[in-house]
Parts: sequence; structure tokens; C-alpha cells
Amino acid sequence: MIEFTGVWRTFKVGDQEVAALRDINLELLAGEYVSIMGPSGSGKSTLLNLIGLLDRPTSGIYRLDGQDVTTLDDAEQARIRSEKIGFVFQFFHLVPRLSAAMNIELPLLLAGVAPDERKQRVTQLLQSYGLSERADHRPDQLSGGQRQRVAIARATSMHPLVLLADEPTGNLDQATGKEVMTLLEQLVSQGVALILVTHDPGLGKRATRQLRMVDGQIVSDTRNEA
Amino acid sequence: MFFSDLFRLTTSSLLAYRMRSFLTGLGIAIGIAAVILLTSIGEGLHQFVLTEFNQFGTNIIGIQPGKTQTHGASVGVFGSVRPLSIEDAEALRHVPGVEYVTSVVQGNAEIRANGKSRRVTVYGVGAEFPQAFNLAVQVGNSLPAEDPTHSRPFVVLGAKVRNELFGTGNPLGGYLHIGGVRYRVIGVMEPKGQVLGFDLDDTVFIPVDRGLELFNRTGVMEIDVTYPDNVSADSVERGVRRILTARHGQDDYTVISQEKAMEVLGSVLNVITFAVGALGGISLLVGGVGILTIMTMAVSERTGEIGLLRALGAKEHQVLTLFLGEAILLSAAGGLAGLVFGIGIAQGLHILFPALPVYTPVFFAVLAEASAVVIGLIAGVMPARRAARLDPIEALRTE
Ligand SMILES: Nc1ncnc2c1ncn2[C@@H]1O[C@H](COP(=O)(O)OP(=O)(O)O)[C@@H](O)[C@H]1O
Ligand SMILES: [Mg+2]
Repeated sequence: MIEFTGVWRTFKVGDQEVAALRDINLELLAGEYVSIMGPSGSGKSTLLNLIGLLDRPTSGIYRLDGQDVTTLDDAEQARIRSEKIGFVFQFFHLVPRLSAAMNIELPLLLAGVAPDERKQRVTQLLQSYGLSERADHRPDQLSGGQRQRVAIARATSMHPLVLLADEPTGNLDQATGKEVMTLLEQLVSQGVALILVTHDPGLGKRATRQLRMVDGQIVSDTRNEA
Repeated sequence: MFFSDLFRLTTSSLLAYRMRSFLTGLGIAIGIAAVILLTSIGEGLHQFVLTEFNQFGTNIIGIQPGKTQTHGASVGVFGSVRPLSIEDAEALRHVPGVEYVTSVVQGNAEIRANGKSRRVTVYGVGAEFPQAFNLAVQVGNSLPAEDPTHSRPFVVLGAKVRNELFGTGNPLGGYLHIGGVRYRVIGVMEPKGQVLGFDLDDTVFIPVDRGLELFNRTGVMEIDVTYPDNVSADSVERGVRRILTARHGQDDYTVISQEKAMEVLGSVLNVITFAVGALGGISLLVGGVGILTIMTMAVSERTGEIGLLRALGAKEHQVLTLFLGEAILLSAAGGLAGLVFGIGIAQGLHILFPALPVYTPVFFAVLAEASAVVIGLIAGVMPARRAARLDPIEALRTE
């Protein structure tokens, strides 16, 4: 589903080139549950941004569903983000002035989904994430766990192929973090691929495939024996 | 993205920063109110002046002796200017389309009646003078239509002259002395009041040939012809010129059509209205700068939100539309408030000072609202483009 061939990402810092990713070759399968671990600054977020089409490789090729997406223009990349990719962030990134329901509705709204269908999907999502009572609450009226549930509901509202989660529990206490992981893993069981960046080795081990990055390179790639 | 959603999102962000949105909208509102107020007064004056000038009718063409030339030598150098005669006026009745014709001569003279005397404006006019100038006789008759070169000594009084000389008594059949000639009073005109500083009621009207004699003139001061609405001013003017040039052998007169004079006056007044409108426009500009400032602030404050929208699948142009929409909504709402203020203040002024004419054409209101929207658009473009071009990763990093 996701295929990186010889991907480099370098940044210019002053007059120095810093390579955040060095020659990444990687293939991730549909529905796969992958964790990425590694020290800070090893390139995990950069890799996730490339997969999510928020960033472009400096060189190399990225194929998504067999299509070379490296050369697409902004509008085409935006469409793919909208249809195939869901993001879950460490800091939730909810729009503070909008209700929980409206935050969940945003991707549908941007994609131009018809109002009737939108309403139906949002109601259903609120229900399955236990947020029905909170539909009209704004983010500052929600707990951290509820906020992340809103964010996950939002990420799944367009039925993406893959969820990209960059330390989704990094800002939550252990109990709430566990709750959130359960929700994400439920999605995996429904066939959504999950790519999870985490610092927590305990969480990382739960993934069926574990990548380890150091200094912009993937240094190990292991699978749990089922 | 549906328009209703765009509207929902932009209103939500404007409402989230209520106070700020209110103040920015107020900037535009004040600008629009100023424009509407000033142009309403300008247009009110415009209408007022036009009605003043047109109260004698609009389908009038005046002919005066002599050629007024804007440049070059005067005709006087080559040939003498022939005066306009009563016969010229009679000849103009044959111009196709002409309805009424009257000659006019005017001056000041001492009049006497009932042992009182008074200095008034004396008009020597043709019999059709009242019809030609939309004037009505209140009591008695107007001057009779008879041989315009051998008329009888009849006089029609202005309303004020009647009051001053005859009081409340019946003036009809009474006598009036003007320049040693005795005139019989046959009518009184309806009061007309002051027009542009002239008291039209402190006048008397006598037949034109007697006016010429009184003022010792060889020609009339002006001949006026009128025509009905379905006849064009140009065709009448052409007919007038053809006949007069044939009679005089040269083009030694000046033709002024009320329609053309009003066009010139109207365009001058329009320029004035636009000038005061532009003056109000300066405050609108200030309002526009307010929007630019607020939108620039909004883009920096909401960088995280912009990054998020991009991650959720928003295209660059959707982000652009959202921020542009906010700027336009803000200025359009401010503009509407300004329309209400402006028209309200204008009408209020009119109630307080009835002498001040105000008039707000719908076209002005529409134009003002459109310019508010355009200002919002222009002020919003730069910040909105900046928002659209933000690097989503950078934008997501700021929290
Ligand atoms: N926009 C940028 N400009 C310069 N350097 C960057 C930029 N983004 C990331 N980097 C660098 O790339 C490397 C990898 O960063 P990142 O992917 O954020 O690491 P991680 O998420 O694993 O902590 C780091 O050295 C970081 O400083
Ligand atoms: Mg990171």
C-alpha cells in the first residue's frame, strides 16, 4: 500500500544540509499495524509527514496504492489526504471554537459530503466513541481523553486506509492513554492500517510490526509472531 | 465545501472574536455611513436644484439675440447682429413640433395705482407665456391672443403687486399706470414665491410690444418655444435654426435648450456628489486597513488551525476561501450596518432640518455595499494568501 524507494529528506539549516531521512526503502501493507520507535530527532515525525503527504521527499519515490504521489500538485495531494489518510496528533489539534460534533464533521465538510450523510456519520461516530452527550461541547469543556476521542473520530470520519498517529498518548495519563490505544487497535481490527510513533516500548511492542529508527535510517524492522 | 458551510465556519470564527470583529466591522460601518450620508445630501441638493430649474417645464428652448462664442472673434466684427423681433417669434410657430411660443422683454419700472406707487419687475410677454412656463392665472384672465404688434393696454398682476396695490379688494377692471400709459387689470397670477432669489410675485405682465415701447428696445430679449414630450429637442432646435437663419440671413442668435442646460448642470452636480462621496470613501479606506490588520493577526494566531485543516484534506484554495470569506463577511456586515446608520442619520437630519434636502437612490446603497465587499476582498487577499501558502508542517508545529 505504501512504498518508499530511496527516499531522502534533507533540510537546509543555515548553510548546512541536515538529512532527516536517509535513503528510506520501506513497504507497508494495507491494514498493517506498525510502530515506529527511536530517539528524538531520528526522523520519525518526518517520515510520518511524508507518508501523510504533508511534506515532499527531497529525492526518491513514494507510491501510495500503486500511484506515484510524489509529483502530484497541492489539490491532488489534498484529495488523497482527505480520502485515504487520517491524522491523530499528540496535542489533539481540535478547533477551539467549534463543538465536538463540528470538529468531527470538518473533514466531511471540506470534502463536500452532502449534509444529510454528514449528519448521519457524525451522529454515529459520536455514539461509537461515547461522545453523544458531549456533541455540543467545545474542546475546552472536554477532558484530555475525550478530546483525543474526538480527534480519533474525526480522523476516521472519511474512512481512511491508514491512520497516522504521532505519539497520540504522549499528552495523556496512563489510564487514558490505554483507553485511546484500545480505540485505535479496534480500528486496526476493522482493517485500517495504523502507523504509530511512540516513545513507550510497551506500546510499541503491541504493534504487529516494529520499526526502529536512528539518525534518519530504519535500523530494524521486526514482526511479532502471531 | 458548500456555501452554507463556508458561511457557518466564517461566522463561527467572527463570533469567537466578538469584540474584535465588532470594532473592525464598525470601521467599515462608519466609512459606509459617511459615504451614504454625504452622497445623500449631495444627491438631495442635486434633486432640489433640478426641480428649482425645471419648475417652468423641461421642454423649453430659449433663443437670444447675438452669438455667444467660446473662442474666435465675435460675429459683430463681420456684420451687425439683428435683434430678435416679435415677427421672428410668430415665424417660429411654423416649426414642426412647437407647441407654445412667447417672446419676453423684461425690466424695472415704476407702477402706480390707487394713489400708491411701487417699483417692480415688468415683463413684456406673448399671450402664451403662462402655458409655456407652467404658470397659472388665479383670478381673471391672462393676456389675450391678439395681433402681437398692436395689442391693447392690458396688464396681469403678480400676486404680491396685487396685495400691495389693491389689498383685498377686487383688482379686476382697475387701472395701473406704467411709464405714463394706463393699463387695465384683467388678471392676477397665482403666487409662485421666490425662485433662486427672484421674487416672481413682485411682477406685472404686459403685452410684449408695449414692453418694447416701455423700455425703448428694438428687439425682444428672448423668445421661448416649448414642445410636447413626444417631440425631440434636437428636431425643434434644428427647425428653429432653419427659420431664424433664413429670416436673418445669418446665424446671429443663440439657442439654449433647457434639456441640454440641465444635462450640463446635472453632470456638474454629479461631480460634486461623487467628490463628497469620495471624501467619505477615505474613512472607508481606513476601515479597509482595519480589516487587513485584523486578518493578518487572525492568520498568525490561527496558524495551528490552518495546518490542521490542511492535514484534514483542505486544499490551498479552500483555506484561501475561508479567510477571504471572513474578511468579506466582516466588511459586508459592517457595510450593511453602515447603510442603516447612514440612511438613518440622513433621514434624521431631514426631519430636524426640513430645508436640507436628502435623497438616497437605491443605486447608491447598492454601490456602497458593493464597495464594502470589494474592500473586504482587497484587504483579505493578502492575509488569506499567506494562510493558504503556509507550510502545513510548520503550521502544525506551532501550538
Ligand atoms: N523544518 C525543519 N528544518 C530543519 N530541520 C528539521 C526540520 N524538521 C525536522 N528537522 C530535523 O530533522 C531531524 C528529524 O526530525 P523529526 O522527524 O522531527 O524527529 P523525531 O520526530 O524522530 O523526533 C531532526 O534533526 C530535526 O532537527
Ligand atoms: Mg517527533
